[in-house]
Amino acid sequence: MVVFEKPKSLADVPLHYCPGCTHGIIHRLVAEVIDELGIEGKTIGVAPVGCSVMAYDYFNCDMVEAAHGRAPAVATGLKRSDPENHIVFTYQGDGDLASIGMAETVHSAARNENITVIFVNNAIYGMTGGQMAPTSLPGQVTQTSPYGRDTDHCGFPIKVCEMLSQLDGPEYLERVSVNNVKNIKAAKKAIKKAFENQINGKGFSLVEVVSTCPTNWGLTPVKALEWLEEKMLPYYPLGVYKDRSAQKEGE
Amino acid sequence: MADKVLMKGNEAIAEAAIMAGCRHYFGYPITPQTEIAAYMAKRMPKIGGVFLQAESEIAAINMVYGVSSTGKRVMTSSSSPGVSRKSEGISYMAGADLPALIVNVQRGGPGLGGIQPSQSDYFQATRGSGHGDYHLIVLAPSSVQEMADLTIKGFDLGDKYRMPVMLLADGTMGQMMEPVSFDNVETKEYDKSWAVTGTKCERKHNIINSLYLKPEELEKENFARFERYKVIEANEAMYQEYKMDDAEICVVAFGIAARVAQNAIDAAREEGIKVGMIRPITLWPFPKAPMLAATDKVHTFISVEMSMGQMIEDIKLATECRRPVELCNRVGGMIPTPDEVLDSIRAAAQKGGNK
Repeated sequence: MVVFEKPKSLADVPLHYCPGCTHGIIHRLVAEVIDELGIEGKTIGVAPVGCSVMAYDYFNCDMVEAAHGRAPAVATGLKRSDPENHIVFTYQGDGDLASIGMAETVHSAARNENITVIFVNNAIYGMTGGQMAPTSLPGQVTQTSPYGRDTDHCGFPIKVCEMLSQLDGPEYLERVSVNNVKNIKAAKKAIKKAFENQINGKGFSLVEVVSTCPTNWGLTPVKALEWLEEKMLPYYPLGVYKDRSAQKEGE
Repeated sequence: MADKVLMKGNEAIAEAAIMAGCRHYFGYPITPQTEIAAYMAKRMPKIGGVFLQAESEIAAINMVYGVSSTGKRVMTSSSSPGVSRKSEGISYMAGADLPALIVNVQRGGPGLGGIQPSQSDYFQATRGSGHGDYHLIVLAPSSVQEMADLTIKGFDLGDKYRMPVMLLADGTMGQMMEPVSFDNVETKEYDKSWAVTGTKCERKHNIINSLYLKPEELEKENFARFERYKVIEANEAMYQEYKMDDAEICVVAFGIAARVAQNAIDAAREEGIKVGMIRPITLWPFPKAPMLAATDKVHTFISVEMSMGQMIEDIKLATECRRPVELCNRVGGMIPTPDEVLDSIRAAAQKGGNK
C-alpha cells in the first residue's frame, strides 16, 4: 500500500525555490487538492510575476503566465470562456496581488468571479531581491526600507482578507499559514474548500497563506518560522473572514 | 443585390465581430467608441456570448488574453489613451503568440488630448505599441463597409498567424453612418491545439507564456516570430490605387483622410493635374511595392494624414527616398478639408518635383 507519494498534479521537476521557503509546501497542497477532487483534466492555473512566476512548469495542468498583477483578469477570461468545463485558479504573491494588481483583485472579488485565488503573503518582494511589499510590517527592514518601514512616510500594510471582507461580492476569504503541521492541515482544508466552492458555482474564493522568505528576511528557515509566528501572525490573524454559504446556513 | 443596412461604423465593427464568431467582448468606456460596447452589451447575452465591462483597459486586455488562451475569438475596443493602457497586455499577447482583435477608434493626443478624430496613434499601432520586438497586423478601414469587412478579415489573420491584430479607425469612421452589407461572411477554422482548455487527461499540459529566462531561447522565439512577419509582409499587404495610371503626383492617405483626399484628387484632375492616390489598407505590413513602383512615374508624394507626419517615414522607406514626400496634415481632432488637400496638390504640381 502506498502511504505517501508525489501528487500527480505536481510535475516531476526540481523547484527553484530557496531552502526553507514555504512555496513548495503550498504548491504541494494545491496539487494534492486537484488530485483529490479529480479535476486535473479541467484545471487551468495562472502563474503570477514574482517568485512563483515559473509555477507554470510545476503544475501538471494547463497553465497560463500572466502579466504582473493581472492574474485575476486573465482568470476571468479563462473562466468565462467555458464556465462549465474550466476550473481556474491563480497563484499570486503579495506584490502581485496587493500592490500592482489590487484593482484586478478587488474587482474580481466584487464580481464574485467564480475562481480560486491562492495568495502567498510573505511580506516582501522575493524575486527582485527583498524590497518592501504592500504587506511588509511597520518597522520591517527591507532593501527599500533600510531603516525599517516608516508608516509616516510610506503608510501601513494592507490586510487583504479584512479589506475584501467589506465587499458584498466574494464567497469565501480565509487566512491560513503553513508554519506547522496543524496549520498545514488547516491550510489544505481551506484550499480544498476554495476549489470546491468553484466546482459548486459559489464564486470568488481566496486563501491567504502567511508564508516565510528566509533568504530576503535574512534569517535561517527555523528563525524565519519564529519571526512569522512572533511578528506576522499577530498582525495577520488567521481565520475565516467571509464564508457566505456558511453565513446563509446560520441565518 | 445584397441587402444593406444603415449603420454607424462602430456598430458595424460590433456586428461583424459577432458574424466572425466572436462571442467574448471586454472593454472599458471611452469616447468615441462606446457604441461598440453598447452594441455588445445588448447582443451578446442574446446569443450565448459574454459582454463584460472591465474595471480598466488593463483588465480588459488581460481578460482578452485569458479567452484567447483558450483558443476562442475575442475582442476589445478602446480609443487612444485606453490603447496606451492596453499596450502592456498587447505586448504579452504578441510574446505568447495569442490572436485577438483590438479596435482603436482614435482621438487626438497626446495625453488626455481630445475626443475628436485623429490618426496620431500611427506609430503606436505600426511600431508595436508596447515593449519588445513585435508587430501587430494593422488594418485601416475608410468606409463603414470596410469597418465590417476588415473586422472579419482581422479575426482570420489573427488566427492564421497567431498574433494580435489592430483595427485602426478614427472618431469619424466610428460615428459616421453608411449602408453596409454582411452578405457572404466566411470564416475559416484554424488549428488551436496550443490552447489551454484543460488537458482532459488526454494530452500533455499546454502552457501560454512569454517568459524565457534563457537568452538563447528568447532569441530563438524572436527570430521565429520575425520569420512569420516576413511571410505576412510578403503576402498580406493590402492597398487601393485611385487614378494612378498616369499620375505624376501620388497622394498617400488612409482612413477618413483618404476619403477627403479622393475629393481633392477629383478636383485637381478637373484642373488638369495628374494626381492619384495609393491608399494603404494595411498599415503594417505597409504596402511598399506599389509605392516603390510608382517612383518611376511620380515626381512627388504627398502624405495626407491627421498626425504630425508619422506616416512619412514609411513612405520614404517604401520609396527608398527617391522622391520628395510632402506633408498635408491637420491634428488635434481637426480634419483636413478637400481645399487644403487641393492646395497641397497644386503646390506640388507647381514645383514639379524640383526641390
